[in-house]
Amino acid sequence: MTVKTLTAAPKPALGTVLSLLVVTWVLTAALAPSVLTDGSPTAIDLHATLLPPSWEHPFGTDDAGRDLLTRVIHGSRQSLGIGLGATALAFLIALVLGFTAALAGGVVDAAITRVLEVAFAFPALLLALLVISVRGPSLATVVVAVGIGSAPGYARMVRGQVLAVRQAGYIEAAAALGHSRFAVIRRHLFPNAVRPLVAVATLGVGQSIVWASGLSFLGLGVAPPSSEWGALLDAGRLHITTSWWLEILPGVVIVLVTLAVTTLGRTLQRRLEGAAR
Amino acid sequence: MRYLLKLLSAVAVVIAAASVTFFAQLAVPGDRATTLMNLQTGQDRKWTAEELAPLNEKYGFDDPIVVQYLDYVTGLFRGDLGTSYTQKRPVLEVIGGQLLPSLTLTVLALVVAWFLALGVTLLTVRRGRFLSGLGATWEAMTASLPHYWVGIVLLVVFAVQLRVFPVIGGTSGWGTVLPVLTLAIPLAGFVGQVTREEFEQVLAQPFVTTARTRGMSDLAVRLRHVLRHAVLPAVTLSGWALGALISGAVITENIFGRPGIGQVLVTAVDTRDMPTASGVVLVVATVYVVANLLVDLAYGAIDPRLRRAT
Amino acid sequence: MTATDQQVAEQPVREEPDTTVLRVANLRVAFAGTEVVKGISFSAQAGRCLAIVGESGSGKSVTARTLVGLTGGNSRVSADAIDLDGVDLLRTGERGWRSVRGSRIGFVLQDALVSLDQLRRVGDEVAEPLRVHGRGTRRSRAAKAVELLDAVGVPEPAVRARQRPYELSGGLRQRALIASAIALDPPLLIADEPTTALDVTVQAQVLDLLAAAKERGTSIILISHDLSVVARLADEVAVMRDGEIVEHGPARRVLREPRHEYTRMLLAAIPSAHTRDTKLSRPTEHRPQRTVDRGRPVLEARRLSKVFRGPDGVDRTVVDDVSFELFGGETLGIVGESGSGKTTTARIALAILAATAGEVLLRGAPWSARSVGERRPLRKQIGVVYQDPLSSFDPRWPVGRILTDALATGTRPPASKAEARGRAIRLLEQVGLREEHFDRAPLRLSGGQRQRVAIARALAPEPSVIVCDEPVSALDVSIQAQVLDLLTDLQDELGVSYLFISHDLGVIHHVSDRILVMKDGRVVEHGSAADIFERPQHEYTRRLLTAVPRLELK
Repeated sequence: MTVKTLTAAPKPALGTVLSLLVVTWVLTAALAPSVLTDGSPTAIDLHATLLPPSWEHPFGTDDAGRDLLTRVIHGSRQSLGIGLGATALAFLIALVLGFTAALAGGVVDAAITRVLEVAFAFPALLLALLVISVRGPSLATVVVAVGIGSAPGYARMVRGQVLAVRQAGYIEAAAALGHSRFAVIRRHLFPNAVRPLVAVATLGVGQSIVWASGLSFLGLGVAPPSSEWGALLDAGRLHITTSWWLEILPGVVIVLVTLAVTTLGRTLQRRLEGAAR
Repeated sequence: MRYLLKLLSAVAVVIAAASVTFFAQLAVPGDRATTLMNLQTGQDRKWTAEELAPLNEKYGFDDPIVVQYLDYVTGLFRGDLGTSYTQKRPVLEVIGGQLLPSLTLTVLALVVAWFLALGVTLLTVRRGRFLSGLGATWEAMTASLPHYWVGIVLLVVFAVQLRVFPVIGGTSGWGTVLPVLTLAIPLAGFVGQVTREEFEQVLAQPFVTTARTRGMSDLAVRLRHVLRHAVLPAVTLSGWALGALISGAVITENIFGRPGIGQVLVTAVDTRDMPTASGVVLVVATVYVVANLLVDLAYGAIDPRLRRAT
Repeated sequence: MTATDQQVAEQPVREEPDTTVLRVANLRVAFAGTEVVKGISFSAQAGRCLAIVGESGSGKSVTARTLVGLTGGNSRVSADAIDLDGVDLLRTGERGWRSVRGSRIGFVLQDALVSLDQLRRVGDEVAEPLRVHGRGTRRSRAAKAVELLDAVGVPEPAVRARQRPYELSGGLRQRALIASAIALDPPLLIADEPTTALDVTVQAQVLDLLAAAKERGTSIILISHDLSVVARLADEVAVMRDGEIVEHGPARRVLREPRHEYTRMLLAAIPSAHTRDTKLSRPTEHRPQRTVDRGRPVLEARRLSKVFRGPDGVDRTVVDDVSFELFGGETLGIVGESGSGKTTTARIALAILAATAGEVLLRGAPWSARSVGERRPLRKQIGVVYQDPLSSFDPRWPVGRILTDALATGTRPPASKAEARGRAIRLLEQVGLREEHFDRAPLRLSGGQRQRVAIARALAPEPSVIVCDEPVSALDVSIQAQVLDLLTDLQDELGVSYLFISHDLGVIHHVSDRILVMKDGRVVEHGSAADIFERPQHEYTRRLLTAVPRLELK
């Protein structure tokens, strides 16, 4: 209907532009932190402990006089790495399970669906905590824990997506042209099923960063001497009544990065959907 | 009949979940008796077989795995979740008193989130560019806020700076406000986003036009026709949302020093008290499964098509 | 034609001024600055039906919605007058509109499945206008709803009122929708494509219902793309194109002696008995004599049946003992209403679906009996064109890739990229498109162009049979005419055979040499087009033929 397309005016791309800026910043921080700061994240200055934000220390300093902004910048590599690693792991598991279930069908599908159902009985964070209680807290454990914790949701999504695409007219049309089953899967089913998941994966990175920092915040992820964002929050909790910036400002960074990644993911989603329709 | 089947499958899921937690306990590296002995004595060394014998005897660590597994699963039906390594009490007792505060917190948060979400959505969806944009932006922002950060901000602003609420509130009514908001705000954003999207689609449906051609006012159309359709996807997601809420509750209880199973879990994971950690996870899984059953019922009540279809 | 008819034709508005219910003068509607209704005028009289006819994009539906003040956001409406019984609706404001909607003007949309609220009971939906306008009590309204359902011919109205729309058949739903629109007995009823989604037999019943309302003195404005539907009900016809009324006059005059070129084109484009062996979009042109090779059939179905097991574990026979032969250069039409099993039969013929019993032979050799792997190299002999071409294209692929991919599966796969491109462009030209469409995404093509690409794809492997499953059902009548002409041109040129599936008797009559009539999975009658249409033997075929709204031309 023409009426609908006319009223659904495209949203201003301001959000997308800002998100790109934030993502560029955090990527720079992760890949080349020295571009953004020349200080060291571990430089202790006992004369400048717990200073509130100022021109010299935009994020203030912590209880050892370390510059908080510098620590946040240097922590981004770990936080981002965990986010990417966990999402990659989750999607690897999800793609294998989802495609196997949807394409094999029958008993295999039923079995995988059951396994996912059981996995779903555990909220993501609890599944992650279970992994941590088995392996003890460490960087690698956090990646594995968050990855396993979020895999079942993605797996169900992949399965549904494959089943939906399999119903599509062009799959039947390709078969009617005489293409082999394998060729149809490779050339039509796989790309069309995976494409919308790219956006979901982008959203997943943001979620993973939040989950991972949440674990560290509970003291069950990456331990405090590290400047991983969650660990910074955990370290700052001692001083919450006096030095609010130790908690609030790293939090703002996490929120901004998540928000930016989410916004980009949604833009991507809309683009892909628009192209598909 | 349908519900009986659902119930049976729910029980099967809980038993399967128990198997997962059981094997997780086995998967912990190192000898369990040694770990336990170290935990209880606060030392860290090797123990002789004679020293460990009473523990092995008591917890049945020497039994074949199949026997241990069957013991564990059958124990569940008697309400036996094992014994806490650190507190030396039955796990069920450790969890028992903590379950209610956590449930109160999550259920209140779910209710508050729905009210917040529906309020914002109903008021702003398709009400001109400005209001719609404002509503949508608010939802997108809040939906991606991590619980811990919302909690900290609320704590710093309202408890530390303004001193309106206690920093550590326990389970008192006044002390529950901030934890509930901490959980409710991000969820409200999420529910709102889903509902808004559906609401906009339903508004474009022909039956909405039909209702308008009968002379209904915009508000009446929204309330009588659109709303019921628009909440369906969010209701479906409420089961999932409860999972997110329980995860969030673990963090929220931690921030506000509020008693609950979240606190029990964090302590247990921290001290590697596997029976307690597994016990909490299992209890939560059970609650979660039950909640999803309830969501199923609610869905059937709102959408009669489903009652017929299956 | 009588003298009064002539007179009315010239001054349609001025016949008996007393009975005028609605008068619209110089109506203009624009969306975001683009005018879609460009200054049209008409009026509606009590006890008469005005039909506004046009293809998609003509502005007819926008006009209908504007008459109840529901043009939509971002629109600008202006008119010299929209007078309903002397009240100027233009200056009435939202509150005024609401008092008019449902009580003074009833509105019926197409397809009640989506036009009634699925989550509410039929009775509540029917009675809603009463509640909105504060008539009666809850109890009296419920009783009135049952009464209304009874009045529109819904059997067991009290039971139906407690059911929900999805539990009713398409015809009953549409009746319920009409019942709701006439609940307050409005003097004006606007029906926007009220029969479009319905089977012909049901369509006839709904039209009778509207005719009954007209008899009782209700003024009806019927919006439709279908001239034959209009012919059945309308007293007066306005033909719209691009937001303008190009021709307006008494129905008989407009349909029999169209004056405007566009009306003539629309009428000529309707496939029927009269259009056989001519071109729909070029009415003066005749089809050349064809030779049908009556030797060995290119496609042969022997006693096909298909049983599906429903979710309730009950077996349903969807195709029951269907046999046919399709010869070289011939078109075999399969016609039937929804649920007749015609599409399932087509899918079995394509060997995309396995039959429960029976066999399909392709060029005399086993086809359905072969394994998937053995069948694959033979697929180039049989092509397919679907109703919805867009969903049959991979959304990531441009037109060129769709065609070169199909060429590669053919008898003579292209040896080089350049050859593939050249042959794809020749295919495009063969179906009336141009080289510039090679790099286009199907999404950026019009409906007719997409179907042309689908036909080109089906032709690419040089098949001897093409299965056409409702290939023109989603198209406007003028585009339908062009696509049907393309199909017959290609048949004349290449000698390809068509298994042609359609619900539309006119289309089937136009294209088919021989016809199967299907009902509930069975073939109730088969024979030459002339036999079926002129000497129908089976009672169902006769019922189908009488239900078809037709233009009594000459």
